[in-house]
Amino acid sequence: MEFSFSDEQEEFRRTVRRFLEDTSSPDEVRRLMESDEGFDRSAWAKLSGSLGLTGIAIPEKYGGQGFGFVELALTLEEMGRSLLCAPYFASTVCAANAILNAGTPAQKKRLLPGIAAGDTIATLAIAETAGIWNADAITLTATRVDGSFQLDGIKSFVVDGHTADCIVVVAREAGSHGSDGLSFFVVSGGAEGLSRRLLTSLDPTRKLAELTFKGAHGDLLGELGAGADPLSRTLDQAVVALANEMIGGAQKVLETAVEYAKVRMQFGRAIGSFQAIKHRCADLLLELEHAKSAAYYAAAAAAEDDEELPALACLAKASCSDVYRRVASASIQIHGGVGFTWENDTHLYFKRARSSEAFMGSQDYHREQLLQRWGI
Amino acid sequence: MSEPTEESIRKEVTAWLGKNWDPELSLLDWRRKLADSGWGCPTWPEAWCGRGLSETLGDVVREAFQDTGAIGVAQGSGLGLAAVTILEHGNDDLKGELLRPILTGEDSWCQLFSEPGSGSDLAGLTTRADLDGDEWIINGQKVWTTSANHARYGMLLARTNWDVPKHQGITYFVVEMDQPGVEARGLRQMNGYASFNEVFFTDARVPRENVLGEVGRGWGVALTTLAHERRLADGMRSMVRDSQGKGRAFDEYRKEVASVMEPYKWYAQRAGRTDLVVERARAMGRIADPVVRQAIAKLLIMVRSSEWTVRRAKAARVLGRPPGPEGSLGKLAVSEISRAAADVHALISGSGVMLSGADGPLNGLIAEILVSAPAVSIAGGTDEIQRNIIGERVLGLPKEPATDVGKAYRDVPKNLVS
Repeated sequence: MEFSFSDEQEEFRRTVRRFLEDTSSPDEVRRLMESDEGFDRSAWAKLSGSLGLTGIAIPEKYGGQGFGFVELALTLEEMGRSLLCAPYFASTVCAANAILNAGTPAQKKRLLPGIAAGDTIATLAIAETAGIWNADAITLTATRVDGSFQLDGIKSFVVDGHTADCIVVVAREAGSHGSDGLSFFVVSGGAEGLSRRLLTSLDPTRKLAELTFKGAHGDLLGELGAGADPLSRTLDQAVVALANEMIGGAQKVLETAVEYAKVRMQFGRAIGSFQAIKHRCADLLLELEHAKSAAYYAAAAAAEDDEELPALACLAKASCSDVYRRVASASIQIHGGVGFTWENDTHLYFKRARSSEAFMGSQDYHREQLLQRWGI
Repeated sequence: MSEPTEESIRKEVTAWLGKNWDPELSLLDWRRKLADSGWGCPTWPEAWCGRGLSETLGDVVREAFQDTGAIGVAQGSGLGLAAVTILEHGNDDLKGELLRPILTGEDSWCQLFSEPGSGSDLAGLTTRADLDGDEWIINGQKVWTTSANHARYGMLLARTNWDVPKHQGITYFVVEMDQPGVEARGLRQMNGYASFNEVFFTDARVPRENVLGEVGRGWGVALTTLAHERRLADGMRSMVRDSQGKGRAFDEYRKEVASVMEPYKWYAQRAGRTDLVVERARAMGRIADPVVRQAIAKLLIMVRSSEWTVRRAKAARVLGRPPGPEGSLGKLAVSEISRAAADVHALISGSGVMLSGADGPLNGLIAEILVSAPAVSIAGGTDEIQRNIIGERVLGLPKEPATDVGKAYRDVPKNLVS
């Protein structure tokens, strides 16, 4: 396992950061978070086209750039840093990996090039109204009717589910339980029998939707009833990507707090000279660097398909969830009154942090999973 | 003569070891050969028991020693702290007199820096040295000194000028410990061990020529010593690892290792024994308790993440990249882990934490963890000082205003020392 990024990867990071500084400024984030669609089509076209980010880790034979998970994670880290409002996590991370893990070669050839090119915006629907991302919690049913499948049930917390052209859905055969009877299906965003509702989210930079399926038509993705393994693998990958996204936001929000502590004067001195502030920042940096190590290591494990990935995914998510929340809360505190205003950007990160820690499993859930996956 | 290459050095040192290394030699005879050959400290200058090799070639030599299983020069604070400081700041007379017996293990050293009145603020030390003819007269007290009871020499910081700001009035001395004016007393710690000493100086004498660097410039010299403190532990670890061979030299070496390591036998407990946590939870029937499980997971996440962070820092160093924040956090991380581990052990042991010694869990080991952990966040720079360093040097936050800057040290408020 490599413990540093290569020079090429560092250069790639700089390119992505420059692009995001131009296209995802705080003003732009605020404009988009107020919109229903939640992203800017021309920025999306640039991100997909000239930079090729939507296909970064999709194999070349399916129209992608063919880079690995480390590059994907690095991209997510930068997007988290800039709070990019775009269906990237939904489409490139969740849906594309679900298709790669579950689909047949022919299905991958048909579905992935559009996602890689950014022409198709896809998402992945796992959790339901209970908000749990695992096999046990899936109740939406798939029923075979005249050689095709009809889906019935409700999916919720679906990222960018209200705008996606293509929705990958995990469903189960009626009467099955746990890991049995699970399958992946592809549903068109405009399918008959599918109604979509944009939810009001705590974090307005990440759009969530509730999707109600009433006999909507779904195309089977991969093998019927064999969805459990691709589901857990997809979740592991998504969780690692999310952890890396969180670390980017946490880094940025700590930098902002530290810079503010250097210039904010009280009692005739910069508040950062007080140990009450300085020591808190030092502790946060320690936790942040640890979480960063965990996120990077998990990404490297995902890239190498290491057998420890399932445990490391939980470790990274638990660690990054704790840190992002603590850093964001501390940043508001260090900013004082101004940190509680709408005008100051800190609350945007705070909301992303609070929402991300619950997204795809809380830290408590992942810590318990970690021990189980370690055989403890 | 052509420049040495990794290949030529490997050949040369292997040939030398083949001819000279003999585990049946006495440890001292072997070490004398080693010191005179220059292979014991290959990166040191040729004039001073070295061969003037680069770090990379030095690693090649060390590898050859490991491959052969040959015993190296004597490890400990003599080599790790004193010798490196003497090499950098000593004059030729001191180098000629002091370096070789450190390598052979004939002379051991102790570090006389901390005082009861100056811990975090080391430069605020008040042990005094006054010139009397050709000798300096030392009066004052040092504390937390490992091996002061048997070391031949001490690295001593003392104040020689009280009329200048604190950093400018300090001189670095080499003091002989075996003299009437020096008294070392064991200092019992809260965990019951006495691994360190208090050292009292009452008109102790140091010859005028035993100054390292210049009079009044001792702080800069001390920084050299302090910069090497971190690496000391690595040398000690290698020592334990390499002492397993057969023969007279190894028999003597194991005795030396045992004596050098004696003060550190509770250090594993001090670090928290995270290796025992899962096993203990199982043995105590607490492994299914969700509260215990969460605590264990948090601790093990910290342990793994901190290992990865150390490896990230190392990888960046190897690539020659500028040091990132990850390199400055280790000390604080060790402290956090130790504290968290002690808490988890206490959680698992329940009322068992009320007992120690033979009545306590794991024959007193758990109690030893609990009463040793507090040392980690104090020794070698308190957590608070670490946080200042991280805050100021890594994050660039402004320093706290100090009231002793630019003042003659005579006029700065100090602790009353009895």
